[in-house]
Amino acid sequence: MSIKGKAYIAGAFEHPTRLAENKSTAVLHAECAKGALEDAGLSIEDVDGYFCAGDAPGGALSMVDYLGLNVRHVDSTDTGGSSYIVHVSHAAQAIAAGKCDVALITMAGRPRAAGRNGVKPKAASPNIPDVPFEVPFGPTAVNEYAMAAKRHMHEYGTTSEQLAWVKVAASHHAQYNPNARLQDVVNVDDVLHSPMISDPLHRLDCCVVSDGGGAVVVVSPEIAKSLKRPLVRVMGAGESPKGQMGGKDDFTYTGAVWSGRRAFDEAGVTPSDIKYASVYDSFTITVVMQLEDLGFCEKGEGGKFVSDGNLISGVGKLPINTDGGGLNNNHPTSRGGMTKVIEAVRQLRGEAHPKVQVKDCDIAMAHGTGGGLASRHGSATLIMERV
Amino acid sequence: MAATYQPRTMAKPEVYPEHEAYWDAAAEGKLLVKRCEACGEYHHYPRMFCPYCMSEKTKWEETKGTGTIYTYSVMRRGASPYAIAYVTLDEGPSMMTNIVDCDWDEIYIGQKVKTVFKQSGSQDDPGPYVPCFTPL
Repeated sequence: MSIKGKAYIAGAFEHPTRLAENKSTAVLHAECAKGALEDAGLSIEDVDGYFCAGDAPGGALSMVDYLGLNVRHVDSTDTGGSSYIVHVSHAAQAIAAGKCDVALITMAGRPRAAGRNGVKPKAASPNIPDVPFEVPFGPTAVNEYAMAAKRHMHEYGTTSEQLAWVKVAASHHAQYNPNARLQDVVNVDDVLHSPMISDPLHRLDCCVVSDGGGAVVVVSPEIAKSLKRPLVRVMGAGESPKGQMGGKDDFTYTGAVWSGRRAFDEAGVTPSDIKYASVYDSFTITVVMQLEDLGFCEKGEGGKFVSDGNLISGVGKLPINTDGGGLNNNHPTSRGGMTKVIEAVRQLRGEAHPKVQVKDCDIAMAHGTGGGLASRHGSATLIMERV
Repeated sequence: MAATYQPRTMAKPEVYPEHEAYWDAAAEGKLLVKRCEACGEYHHYPRMFCPYCMSEKTKWEETKGTGTIYTYSVMRRGASPYAIAYVTLDEGPSMMTNIVDCDWDEIYIGQKVKTVFKQSGSQDDPGPYVPCFTPL
């Protein structure tokens, strides 16, 4: 069964906060749920399916109870930051199978208020099979992506200057987003002269740490057509976990090689049909590798592809992350997938900032990679169209 | 910028029952890997079930303790800097590790390295020895 055309994204809401000192995580989830339902023109009573991931306090059971939902379908799939892209796909599947008609997906958190950041080593969580063989060595988000970057540079000649262009593009977009965590336009030299965090990644190669969240509402075709919002239809999706493969690691590619192919096949389109792409920018290298793996350029050519403003809306061939992305706008609770879906929906509706709105944006992608590039990650790809 | 190895407190690994032989060997300066008798493949991190064929016929084998750096990054933020890396063992599998007892400005991908075991935990709360690597 294909999900093509079986579901629509009717509501999308990005929480405006980037620092939530006086709000609990549960409140942030509720505010996001309310915002997305209002955007769709629906109410909480209409929701009959609920989706959340590891950021939801108490999981689906606590959140369903807390939000006062009466649902007949729940799904708490967690693939790290890409979870919410997966959730849209799973919601479309559930709607296509008649398991629900109005699916609410929420995500929110407050790592910034809690003083957490990506450079602290991961805690030694019990019972996880891989942890004893990794935690003594201090893996963190940034050094895992740095190791992938270092190997990519070694094999393909990718340079720090090329990676910096991803940040430059993000900053160009973020200047028009009043909610963006960072709004100053930077150039390649600014990136290269920012402090080295974990070589070869500088501070400006890393996404922001921010509080907040977002929500989307996925509905059946009948309900979508009864609402007053522009119609954003789900065309295809793919999801792919990738790990260490028992020690046969290759950190120069991501699960996007599989999730992208599945999504393009289901949607019946190719990379050249994509007018706008949200591409998870946890770090600059993440974008370079994913664009290669999704087929926007040849493997190893990603550095060249992102250079010279090619990702800047109105300038380059492939505008990405026109909200400023995780690098500049928002990376709520260190999970970037939700904001990726939201900005793609804005572009398809024609509701992005006029300075970054892509002309005739009829087909868009949201793609994410959650977890660690140099251990285990989950890639997810979603293709949508405006009808 | 500090580029030379400095001792640091490494988090203690949890010892699961199926890994006791691994940690016992590490305490004696030996690095074990698992090899599957059914399909012949080596794997790491070690499992009771082979990740390639799900066979339970996995056996410990002592490695030569040598390999090459697959990738690395010198983590300069935090309490003390360290070089996290993946080393590809001469037997085949790659493993996460730290590069120690050297000048990190001198290390490179493809460099030959050998095991050096460091004790995890602190003086007051010592943990198992864990396999790190240093240039040959």
